Amino acid sequence: MIPSSYYLALSAIIFVIGVVGVLVRRNAIVILMCIEMMMGAAGLAFVTFSRYLNSLDGQVAVFLVMAVAAAEVAVGLGIIVSVFRHKQTTDVDEINLLKW
Amino acid sequence: MEMVLFVVLGAIAIIAALGVIVAGKAIYSALFLLVNFCSLAGLYLLLNAQFLAAAQVIVYAGAIVVLFLFATMLLGGGEEARGTSNVKRHTSRYLAIALAVVLFMEVGYVLVSGTLTGMQGSDTPEAVASMGNVQAIGKLLFTDYLLPFELAAILLLIGIVGAVVLAKKEPNTQYPISNTQG
Repeated sequence: MIPSSYYLALSAIIFVIGVVGVLVRRNAIVILMCIEMMMGAAGLAFVTFSRYLNSLDGQVAVFLVMAVAAAEVAVGLGIIVSVFRHKQTTDVDEINLLKW
Repeated sequence: MEMVLFVVLGAIAIIAALGVIVAGKAIYSALFLLVNFCSLAGLYLLLNAQFLAAAQVIVYAGAIVVLFLFATMLLGGGEEARGTSNVKRHTSRYLAIALAVVLFMEVGYVLVSGTLTGMQGSDTPEAVASMGNVQAIGKLLFTDYLLPFELAAILLLIGIVGAVVLAKKEPNTQYPISNTQG
């Protein structure tokens, strides 16, 4: 059996790659993808602890997170499409109307 | 054997994750994301979470990535402007990477070097295998987690309505608006 710490390390690596993506990329769609990637990494940690603690609660949590992720992507892409109509861009640096 | 599978799937997941943030076009990012999700599904299988592995492929790879591809193609997945000599952007980029390294060290320290503790549950692999992973999760979902389950259903409905409202073309409005005020 593979030690839980290996899975947790992998989860941390993928999560941090997602954080870097959110901070570095400027395309709003790619930023949304990186957020999904971070959710996936968190899900891996959930399932790892579910195995470690002999409890299925973690797997149920991941299942519910999947539903939240699906709703989030639908609304997020709706917002991006709506912003694109007005600004003709998905570059987050250009979307600065509320920035002082 | 298990270790070999873990290393291969983990390497694919990390490379695909790097591909998402390195790829120049959003389309390639979406396809790398698909690879990342599929290798995560493989890791779920290694962790004895068969139902989640299937749900991962169906929900993430089947629905979410397709949605991303639709949006990318709708909005034109052109290349990001690169090499702009914006000093502020470069400093923020290096700062982002430095902060990410610090975050990784923190998370890694807490997760790996700390001793893992917690209350052990009753769902041992043998107990789950005797009734099946899907049945066990279904039982939990419709007893202890019934309220979150129903709330997730309502959330999905709100998500659908919200997406339609946000992306709907308003009548009597001419698009594209000529963008004069910047």
